[in-house]
Amino acid sequence: MLQFSRLAMVSIISVIVLATVVVIPNLFSKETVDGWPSWMPKQQIVLGLDLQGGVYLLYEIDREEYVTTKLQGLATDVRSVLAEAPRVNYESFSSRAAVTQSQAVQFRLTDATQLETARRRLEPLRNQLGTSILGGAAGNYEFDLTIGADGLVRFTYSAAGLEQRINEIAQQSIEVIDRRINALGTVEPSIQRQGVDRILVEAPGLEDPQRLQDLIGQTAEMTFHLVDRSTPTVAVGTIAPEGKIVVPDATQAGVAWLLDANALIRGDQITRAQATLDQTNGAWVVAFGLNTSGARIFGEVTSANVNYPFAIVLDDTVISAPTIQSAILGGSGQITGNFTAQTANDLAILLRAGALPAKLTVIEQRTVSASLGEDSIRAGAIATIVALVWIAGFMMICYGLLGAFSVLALIAQNIIMLGILSLLGATLTLPGIAGIVLTMAMAVDANVLIYERMREEARAGRPVVVALDQGFRRALATIVDSHLTALIAAIALFWLGSGPIRGFAVTLGIGILSTLFTAYLITRLIVAIWYRARRPKAIPL
Amino acid sequence: MKPLRLVPDDTNLPFMSWVKYRTPVSLFLIVVSFVLFFTVGVNVGIDFVGGTAIEVQARGETADVGQIRAQLSALELGEVQVQTIDDARTVLIRIATQPGGEEAQQRAIDLVRATLSADEYVYRSTSVVGPRVSGELATTGFWAVLLTIVGIMAYIWLRFEWQFAIGAVATLVHDAILMVGFFAVTQIDFNLSSIAAILTVIGYSLNDTVVIFDRIREVLRKYKQMPIRDVINLATNQTLARTIMTSLTLLLSLGALYFFGGQVIRSFTASMIWGVFIATASSIFIGGPLLVYFNLRPPPATPSSRKEEDTLPVPQA
Repeated sequence: MLQFSRLAMVSIISVIVLATVVVIPNLFSKETVDGWPSWMPKQQIVLGLDLQGGVYLLYEIDREEYVTTKLQGLATDVRSVLAEAPRVNYESFSSRAAVTQSQAVQFRLTDATQLETARRRLEPLRNQLGTSILGGAAGNYEFDLTIGADGLVRFTYSAAGLEQRINEIAQQSIEVIDRRINALGTVEPSIQRQGVDRILVEAPGLEDPQRLQDLIGQTAEMTFHLVDRSTPTVAVGTIAPEGKIVVPDATQAGVAWLLDANALIRGDQITRAQATLDQTNGAWVVAFGLNTSGARIFGEVTSANVNYPFAIVLDDTVISAPTIQSAILGGSGQITGNFTAQTANDLAILLRAGALPAKLTVIEQRTVSASLGEDSIRAGAIATIVALVWIAGFMMICYGLLGAFSVLALIAQNIIMLGILSLLGATLTLPGIAGIVLTMAMAVDANVLIYERMREEARAGRPVVVALDQGFRRALATIVDSHLTALIAAIALFWLGSGPIRGFAVTLGIGILSTLFTAYLITRLIVAIWYRARRPKAIPL
Repeated sequence: MKPLRLVPDDTNLPFMSWVKYRTPVSLFLIVVSFVLFFTVGVNVGIDFVGGTAIEVQARGETADVGQIRAQLSALELGEVQVQTIDDARTVLIRIATQPGGEEAQQRAIDLVRATLSADEYVYRSTSVVGPRVSGELATTGFWAVLLTIVGIMAYIWLRFEWQFAIGAVATLVHDAILMVGFFAVTQIDFNLSSIAAILTVIGYSLNDTVVIFDRIREVLRKYKQMPIRDVINLATNQTLARTIMTSLTLLLSLGALYFFGGQVIRSFTASMIWGVFIATASSIFIGGPLLVYFNLRPPPATPSSRKEEDTLPVPQA
């Protein structure tokens, strides 16, 4: 066991050298490293939010609300296709089935002879989804349609269709969120998809989650509507007549506007939006520009409705209802409201970034202040150094020269562990640092097993070289067994954990694996070199 | 420099005779853990029940918990818990999940921020965990513990005989119960990192037990005629130095983390320090000694023919 081929020796030493090289970028700032030539290693260990300070937000797509909205839209479409001449008669129309828990649009045809007509008209409403380039199954229908022989018609949201839509929504939402946060310009956020319908936003360095949350949480669906000429405002809760909608006012409680159900302009027709100061009264406004089709419609409508108000609706509230002074033909205008510089700017960002395809709800939010992060980094660094010094001292007191060898192996282990963490671009959290510190104890444990075995062998009267050799040989199985059981726990932790805890599992796991290499091979190499050089008469244990 | 020997050579401690003290002590601790768990309960954190946790640090020398409690209860946010953590300056405020969704949680935080002004308190961290996430975390936590137990059992069963797996699981369950007992006694916030602490301790405890098992197996093969009781005793004595040394290095690591690692992970380290003590004790007094009840040695096919060269130490009865 004390024999090493030249190849083995070279490989062990190159692993250590390689690890050292990989660790080096961590000693420099990110900017410095970015300036290095491309052949140099650049991967750095990323500090977790608990060490940097920042905001962690986990969003979930609100499926229920999405399905409800979609079925409401479908209900309107169904009514209108059935109303086309010749009219198809039906009764007990409901957009939510009372019979089952699942949501549905259902009604009963009163004239059995119209069954086929109804089917022909309703079939296209099932809305076959396109073959998704995003990997959704091809040709799923969004809705399932059943027409019973008794004339009962029932639309439900199809499970496959919903999966495909949720998949697309998640992708689109990530793009929208990305545009919105990037417009802020201050943070370097990470936006990741988690599972099917969750989006994780991490913004290091940001202290107040509120603005970020406001920016992401808003659907930002904007529409322009004409206001009813005879009764522009009504009480909140008034039932809207056919073809009209009742939308509450954003600022005046209890007041709602009676608007045309059809939107003149939709948010996606807005091509530019910017916060500016109004020249006349010095108030903050959002100036916007429309695309060609939007500009044409807006021009026609405004010329026909001079002196009447139109409403700007954002996420189901009227944020402003200005009176049209004259025809607006250039396709640009401005939104007034009680804006501050920041709210005007945020609205402009939202309009530019586009609407979210569905409502997102925050289901987990964690904020760590930068000062706590700094405290944690300092504390973690001190604890690591103290632990290293204590363990090194302890090993040297208890095992003398061999103890010192194990300290060398321990340092090599730390470098290799940091090297692997850098290569993986892993995130270092405070529990992760705890994992590193705990691994030190695990690393010397292997040495303890070996040295105790050597002591026993020496006491049994074996010659030095045999005792050394047997110490390594016989401790091996035990080291592997004991480390693997600890590794099982680390794997379970990895699977359990999110964020910081996962960081703990990662360092613990990598630590255990690298320990197997260093404590065994590196200590053995050092002992072999020492034995060859000194030919000791007794083991200094 | 002559190396220091913390554990003398050739110890011959009668562990198997001490087992009679172990059972009452162990049972007492387990019963206490259970009683506390079902009466006082552990202080389950927002990770598993949802809600809001806000950590503030007083800018002054100390934080007046009584005053904070009085100020916050005036806000009528339902159940509000206020406790100091670590030092007298840092206070953890826990608010139960507010009815009314996402906005309601945010409103509660805003109310607290308005009440405890930023001139007097530094807001160190804020967490809001929704009911769905906390439910999921609780489920994964449960499965992670179960998965670890099953995984370790499977590993031991593969590497040793099934008797060893039972001994290992007994130690492991024992340790897990006493860890939970620790959380019930101290009322430390029981959260994701508590599960991490329990799993790490389980892993370490098994590591310790496996080393002793390895030696038991080795001694079994070496001394074919030795009674099981003596085999276990001998193996425990032979590995004693290692067991103590490794526990000490772990305590050094954890001590460094406890004293210097900062307040965020202090309760995490505290529970693991307790864990190292119970894990060391259980691997010596439970894992090995339990094997006495199983017939580890298949009936000898050939009466012991081989003589070992080693001199056989005479174990005390």
